[in-house]
Amino acid sequence: MVGNSATGMMTGYLSRPATSGVEGVVFRFKRYAIHDGPGIRTTVFLKGCPLECTWCHNPEGQDFRPRQMAGGPATGGRPLTVGRQVTVARVVAEAEKDLVFYDDSGGGVTFSGGEPLAQPDFILALLATCRHRRLHTVLDTSGFAPPELFLDAARLSDLVLFDLKIIDPDLHRKYTGVNNRQILSNFRAACRAGIPMRVRVPLIPEITATEANLHRLGAFLSTCRAGCPVDLLPYHRIGEDKYRRLGIGHPGRIPGNLDKARIRQAREILAGYDLKVSVGG
Amino acid sequence: MTPRVAKLRQESLAAVPSICAERAGLVTEFYQSGRAAGESVPVQRALAFKYIMENKELYLGEGELIVGERGPAPKATSTYPEVCLHSEQDLEILHRRPKVPFRVDQATFETYRQTIIPYWKGRTIREKIFANMEKPWLEAYRAGIFTEFQEQRAPGHTAMGDKICHLGMEDLKKQIHQARRRLDFINDPRALEKLDQLRAMQIAADAIMAYAGRYADLLARAAAAEKDPYRRAELEEMERICRKVPARAPETFWEALQYYWFVHVGVITELNPWDAFNPGRLDRHLEPFYRRQIEEGTLSPDRARELLGCFWIKFNNHPAPPKVGVTAKESNTYVDFALINLGGVDRNNQDAVNEVTYLLLDVIEEMRLLQPSSMVQVSKKNPDRFLYRALEIVRTGFGQPSIFNTDAIVQELVRQGKNIEDARDGGASGCVEAGAFGREAYFLTGYFNLPKVLEITLNNGVDPRTGRRIGIAGGDPAKWKNFQDLMAAFKAQLQYFVDIKIRGNNIIERIIAGNMPAPFLSLLIDDCIENGRDYNAGGARYNTSYIQGVGLGSITDALAAIGHHVFDRKTFTMETLLEALAHDFQGFRDLHHQLVHDSPKYGNDDDYADDICREVFEAFFAAVDSKPNTRGGVHRINLLPTTCHVYFGSVIGATADGRRAGRPLSEGISPVQGADRNGPTAVLKSASKIDHLRTGGTLLNQKFLPQVLAGKQGLSKLLRLVRSYFRLDGHHVQFNVVDGQMLRRAQKNPDRYRDLIVRVAGYSDYFVDLTPELQEEIIRRTEHGQL
Repeated sequence: MVGNSATGMMTGYLSRPATSGVEGVVFRFKRYAIHDGPGIRTTVFLKGCPLECTWCHNPEGQDFRPRQMAGGPATGGRPLTVGRQVTVARVVAEAEKDLVFYDDSGGGVTFSGGEPLAQPDFILALLATCRHRRLHTVLDTSGFAPPELFLDAARLSDLVLFDLKIIDPDLHRKYTGVNNRQILSNFRAACRAGIPMRVRVPLIPEITATEANLHRLGAFLSTCRAGCPVDLLPYHRIGEDKYRRLGIGHPGRIPGNLDKARIRQAREILAGYDLKVSVGG
Repeated sequence: MTPRVAKLRQESLAAVPSICAERAGLVTEFYQSGRAAGESVPVQRALAFKYIMENKELYLGEGELIVGERGPAPKATSTYPEVCLHSEQDLEILHRRPKVPFRVDQATFETYRQTIIPYWKGRTIREKIFANMEKPWLEAYRAGIFTEFQEQRAPGHTAMGDKICHLGMEDLKKQIHQARRRLDFINDPRALEKLDQLRAMQIAADAIMAYAGRYADLLARAAAAEKDPYRRAELEEMERICRKVPARAPETFWEALQYYWFVHVGVITELNPWDAFNPGRLDRHLEPFYRRQIEEGTLSPDRARELLGCFWIKFNNHPAPPKVGVTAKESNTYVDFALINLGGVDRNNQDAVNEVTYLLLDVIEEMRLLQPSSMVQVSKKNPDRFLYRALEIVRTGFGQPSIFNTDAIVQELVRQGKNIEDARDGGASGCVEAGAFGREAYFLTGYFNLPKVLEITLNNGVDPRTGRRIGIAGGDPAKWKNFQDLMAAFKAQLQYFVDIKIRGNNIIERIIAGNMPAPFLSLLIDDCIENGRDYNAGGARYNTSYIQGVGLGSITDALAAIGHHVFDRKTFTMETLLEALAHDFQGFRDLHHQLVHDSPKYGNDDDYADDICREVFEAFFAAVDSKPNTRGGVHRINLLPTTCHVYFGSVIGATADGRRAGRPLSEGISPVQGADRNGPTAVLKSASKIDHLRTGGTLLNQKFLPQVLAGKQGLSKLLRLVRSYFRLDGHHVQFNVVDGQMLRRAQKNPDRYRDLIVRVAGYSDYFVDLTPELQEEIIRRTEHGQL
C-alpha cells in the first residue's frame, strides 16, 4: 500500500487531500471482477441511477440512499442495509487491496452502478485520485449525464464501457424512463475526442435484441465511425430474486433468456456493420 | 488412448481392493524359519525383503508393457504385520466398512488366525510405540490433540531423485563395496553398525535384481507361448529390459520406466511407508531418454504416451495399505500419495519445462485416474503456456494437477539449511510437503489439532468432552482482562502439548531406527550408502521431522470472534460465551448469529482476523521449529490436513466461530467453509499473510464454479491469479471445479456419479467414496462466483 489512504493523510507525490475526503454512496465492492474490463479488477458499484431499465439486475442500486433489503443465506436470513457513505480515500484503499493482482493481470478498478456519473463530485474525485495513483480505471456508464461531466469523467478514465441500449427515442423512454438524446450525443462526442471505449449492449429479448434495434444500433455506430469493439451481454434472470427481497415489484416481465441461435443472429447483424463484436464482457 | 491402455485402465478401475496375506505370510515364514537367527536387525530385514522378492507370486497382465505388482494381482493389498498387526476384528471392519473397504476372503482370515496373529502379537512396532509412550502423550492422543503417523505405517515421505537414471544396482553395489573398504574399525566406534547396514543394502540390491530376473524368466516363458507375433516381440523386449534393469543403468525411455517401477514395488514391499514412493521430477528424469530416442527414431511420441499410460495404471493398481482406527480417520482414502512433479527449475535455476512435461500433462488428462497424484511446479521462470495447459486440465474438474510455487519451495528448503542446488532439485511430495528429492528423509509425525488446544485453554486445562484434566491449568478465562491474556494462556497450552508430541516423536524415531531399518530405500536416497546409515536412522543427507498444524482458519475465526465480541465490543461476557459453547448454542440464537455473521473472519483480507491468524501461526512455529529430532535434523511445521480436519472436528465441542460441536474444522490454510465472502483474491491475500517460507508446505483449497473459468478469458485470469499468489510467496493452491448442485445430486444418486472425482485436501478422490461428513464439507466450501 502506498501512503495511508484510509485516513486521507497521504504523503509525497501521491498526496491529494483535496479530493480524497469527498464522500459518496457505494453499494458493493466486487473483487476478482473478471468481466468488467481488462485483467483482474475490483468493481465499485456507486449507488443511484436516473434510469429505470425494466431489466435492471441491480435494482438495489437504483435509488441514491442506503436502504434495507431482505437477507439471503449470506446474512443468516437477517435483513441487510444496501449502500453506505464512504470517502474517496476509503474506496481507493479498498481497491488497492488487490494491487498485486492488477499488476500481474493488467487490471484495475471499474466504477459501475447504478450510474456512476450520477454522483458527479464523487466519481470525478475517484477517477482523479486513481489516475494520480497510477491505478487503471474503467468507467461503466449509460452515458446519461451532462456533456461536460461525461467528457471530464471519460478523459480521466483509461477505458469507458459505454452501455448502449435502444436507438429509437420513444422505445428508449418506454423501457428506461429517459430520453436517449443526451446519451447518443455524448457517445458521438466521446468518439470525436478519441476516448478509448467498448460498447456494451445488453441483449434483452423483445426489447434491445430486436432485429430493428440491432440494425439501428449498427447503423448508428458505423456513422459515428466509433471503431470500438462491441460486447453483447445476453440477459440473465439473476436480478429477479432481488426485486422480491427489496419488496418492490419487477417493473417489466422479461420473456426468458435468449437462446444461442438468437445471440448468434444478433452478433451477425452487428458484424454486418463492420463492427468487431463479441459475446460477454 | 490406445485400446490396450483403455483396457488396462478399465481393469484397474474395476478391480476391487482386497487384503492379501501373501506378504504377511512370507515375512512370517522367513522369521519362523530361523534364517534370521544371529543376524543384525538390518541384515534380518534385508533377508526378509529378499525372501519376499524371491518367493512372491508374479503377475503378468494381458497386454501389459510395464510389469510388477506388490500383490499377486492389481489392488490385492499387502499387510505389514511387523509394523501393525491387524486383528480379526480389524479385518472384519476393513471388510465391512462402508467407505474405503478392503475385501477379506475366508482364506486370508484363516491365515491371519492361524499363522500371522499368533506369531506377531506382541512383536509389532505399533505395540512397542504405545508401550513406550508416557501418560500425558497417551491422554493427549486419546483426546485428539494429535495423531501419530508411525503407529501403523513406516516413515516415508520421500521421492526419488535422478540416481536411477544413471546408476544400476550393480553400480550401487560397487559404491557399497567402496564404503565398506573405507570403514575404520580403529577410530570409528560405529564401524560394525555401518558394516551391518551396508551388508543389508547389498542384500536388498540383490533382492530387487532377483525379482527382475524372475520377471525376465516369466516373460521368456510367456513369449515362447505367445501366438501373436506382435505381442511376442513385445514380450521378448520386456524380457530383455528386465534382464537389464535394475541391474544396470537404463538407456531407453521404456527401460527407465520399468526400472522406476521395480524400485517402486521394492520400496512399498519392504515396508509400508507413508506416501508410497514417488518418481519425483518425472519430466526431467525422462527427457534425456525421450529426446535421444526421438532423434534416433527409435521411439514415437505415441508409443511414449502408451508406455506412460501403462505406467500410470500401475500406480492406480496400488491402494494405500489398509489403515484402521484414528489413522484411518486421518487419511481416509485409497490414495497413496505418489505425487508426480512436473515443471519447475533445474539445478542451475533454469526453466525445466520440456517436451515430456507436455506429454505427461496429456497423459494426466486422458488417464483421469486417482493415482498417481500429479502436480505442476510453477516458477517465475516457467512460461505461461505451461501453466495455462495445466489449468485447462484443472478446469475439467478432477482436481489434478495441483499447483505449486517452485520459487517458494526452493526458499523453504534453503531456509532449512539445504544446499540451493539440492533445493532446486526438490519439489513437493505427498499432499504438499517440500523436500529435497533423492536426498531427504522428511518424516511427517502427526497432525496437530490447534482448535482443540484453544478449547482446552478455555476450559482451564480440562477436556470438556471427557472432563479429564489433560492440559495445564492456565487460569480462569473469566479473569482474563484482555485478548493478550487469552493468547498468553493459549500459547502456554500449545507449547505444553507440542512438547509432549516432540518427546514422543524422539522416542518413536529411535524405536523405528533400531527395529525397522529400510535397507532397500536406503540404497536409493543419498547419502545412506556413503554414511553407512539407514534411511530411517539419519542416513540421508537431510533429515527433517514435521508436525502438521490443522484448523488454522477455525482457530483464527474463534479467536477473532472472542476478541471482537468479548474484549473489544463487550457484546457478551466470556462466561456467557463459554455457556453457549457448552450448550452447543442451544438457547443462544442471537449470540450464535453474531458469531457467524458479525465477526471478523479469516479469508476476507481483513487485517483484524488475519493478524490473529499470523499470531497463531507464529506461536505454532515457535513451539515446533528447530527442536531437534534424533536423526541429526530438526522439527519443522507444515499446514495440511489430508482428512484429519474431519476427525479433529469430531472431538471438539462448539467453537467461538459459530461452528457446532463435532463439525469438521477448516482444512489446510483455507478459510472456514463459507466464511470467505470477498472472492478469491481476498482469500489469497489472507493466506499470504502467514510466512509460507518458514513452513515445509501449506495447503490452500479453492473452489470455483465452472462458469467462472469459462473461455480463454476465464482461464487466463485464473492464471494471473495463481501467478499473483505465488508472487506473494504462496506455497500451493488447488482448485475444485464443480458446482454444489451436482454434488448434491451425486449424494442422492451415488451410482450415477461413480466417476465424479473431487479435490479433497492435497489429493483427489471419488466423491462417492468420501464419508458423508467430508461430502458435506466439500459442498460447503465457498463457491466463488455464486452471489
